[in-house]
Amino acid sequence: MFGLDFSFLNWDVIRSYVANGFYFSIQLTLFAMVGGVALGTVLALMRLSGKKWLEVPAAIYVDTLRSIPLVMVIMWFFLIIPFLIGRPIGAEVSALVTFTLFEAAYYSEIMRAGIQSVPKGQVYAGYAVGMTYAQTTKLIVLPQAFRNMLPVLLTQTIILFQDTSLVYAIGAYDLLKGFETVGRNFNRPVETYLVAALVYFAICFSLSYAVRKLQQKIAIIR
Amino acid sequence: MALFGLDTFCRDTIDKEWIPNCLKSASGDTSYLHWLLTGWGTAVALAMLALVVAMAFGVLMGILRTTPNKLFVLIGDVWTEVFRNVPLIVQLFIWYFVVPSVFPVLKQVPGFVLAFIGLGLFTSSRISEQVKAGIQSLPKGQRYAGLAMGLTLPQTYRYVLLPMAFRIIIPPLTSESMNIVKNSSVAFAVSVSELTMFARQAGEETSQPVLMFLAVTILYFVSAFAINRVMKWVEVRVRVPGMIGGK
Repeated sequence: MFGLDFSFLNWDVIRSYVANGFYFSIQLTLFAMVGGVALGTVLALMRLSGKKWLEVPAAIYVDTLRSIPLVMVIMWFFLIIPFLIGRPIGAEVSALVTFTLFEAAYYSEIMRAGIQSVPKGQVYAGYAVGMTYAQTTKLIVLPQAFRNMLPVLLTQTIILFQDTSLVYAIGAYDLLKGFETVGRNFNRPVETYLVAALVYFAICFSLSYAVRKLQQKIAIIR
Repeated sequence: MALFGLDTFCRDTIDKEWIPNCLKSASGDTSYLHWLLTGWGTAVALAMLALVVAMAFGVLMGILRTTPNKLFVLIGDVWTEVFRNVPLIVQLFIWYFVVPSVFPVLKQVPGFVLAFIGLGLFTSSRISEQVKAGIQSLPKGQRYAGLAMGLTLPQTYRYVLLPMAFRIIIPPLTSESMNIVKNSSVAFAVSVSELTMFARQAGEETSQPVLMFLAVTILYFVSAFAINRVMKWVEVRVRVPGMIGGK
C-alpha cells in the first residue's frame, strides 16, 4: 500500500538502533521529572514565601524559562555549560541538565497552584499544635499539594516525554534519533518516521489514559 | 561599532564585508541583520498561519465533542488524541517526509506550508480540549433553555453556548497563542528558514553564537509578549458585565 515496505524492521534492528535511544528518552524523562519536581517545589515555596528576596529571583527564573522556546533553551545550555565548567560536554549530559532546569519552571507553577489549593486552615492548624514553618510545610502542606496536583504533574511528565524528542537540536541519541538512524541506514525514512510516530502515540496515549483513570480514582476518595 | 561584536550584524552573509546601510548592499548582498529580520518574519508568519489552522480545526473538533451525536464525539476524540499524543517534531517529519511520498501530488508544496499545517494541526488538539472544557463549563440549563425556546442545535451553539464559551477560554487561548510562537521554533528541523534556523547557522558561520542566540531569544520574547498584549486587549473588549472578571 502506497509503496510502503516495513520488512526491514525486525527485532535485531530495533535492538541495535532503537533500544539505546528509547532507554535514553526514558532516562531523561525520569531524571528531569524527579529533579524538576524537587527544584520546582523549592521554587514554588520561594514564590509563596512572602519574602521579596526569595520571591523575585524565583519569579524571574520561572518566567524567563517559560518565555523561551525549549529548542532555544536546549541550544543555549549546550553552548553555555562547557563554557561554565571549562570542558566539553556530551549532548546527552547537556540534555539531562537542561531538561531538569527547564521542567523545574513548569513543575513549579503546578506546585504553586497545588500549595495554594490547600486550605489556609490547615496551615493555622499546624501552627496551633506548635509546629514550625518547616514542619507544617513538610508534614501538612506538601503531602496534600502533591496529592491534589498528582494528575497534573503526571500530565506534565507526558508532555516532558514528548518534548525529549527535541534533543534532536543538539544531536543527542534518543528514541527519535534511533528511528532516524534506522531510516538512514536502510534508506527507508518514510516507514521509520511512521513507526516512530506510532510508538510515541502508543506510549503517550496509554499513559494519559492511565492518568485519567487515576484522576477518577482520586476524585472518588476525596 | 565593534562593541561586543555587534558589527557582525552589518556584515555580508557570504564574504563578511561591511555593508554601509546594514541591510543590503548596492550589488544585492544581504547582511546578517537582514537575514535575522527575514527569519523573524518567517517565524511570525508561520505562527500566525498555524494559529488560523489551529483555531479552525480546534474549534470545530471541540464543538463536535460536546454534541449529542456519538459519531461526532468519536471523530473529535480521535482527532484530539492523535494530534496530542505524537511529539510536534515527529508530526513535522511526517508532514515533510511521509505525506509527500505517500501522496506525490504534494511534492510541489513548499516546506513552509507543510510546517504551518503541521504546527496548526498539532495545536488544534489543545484548542479542541479548551473549547470542549469551555462549553462544558456552562450550566446545562443554558443548552436546554436554547432548545426549549425552539432554537435548533446549531442555533443554540451559535447564539447561546459559543458566545459565552469563547469568552471563558480566552486566558488558556492566550497561552496557547504564545505557545504557538514558541513551538514555531521546531520548524528548523524541516529546514524552514526561521529564527532558530538563523541562530544555528549564523551562530556557526560568524563564530558568535552567543550574540546570535541572544538576538533570536529577544525576538521570541518580543513576539510572544506582543501576542499576550493583543489577547489581553481582546479579553477586555469582549468582557461580559457581571461575569468572569467583568465589571
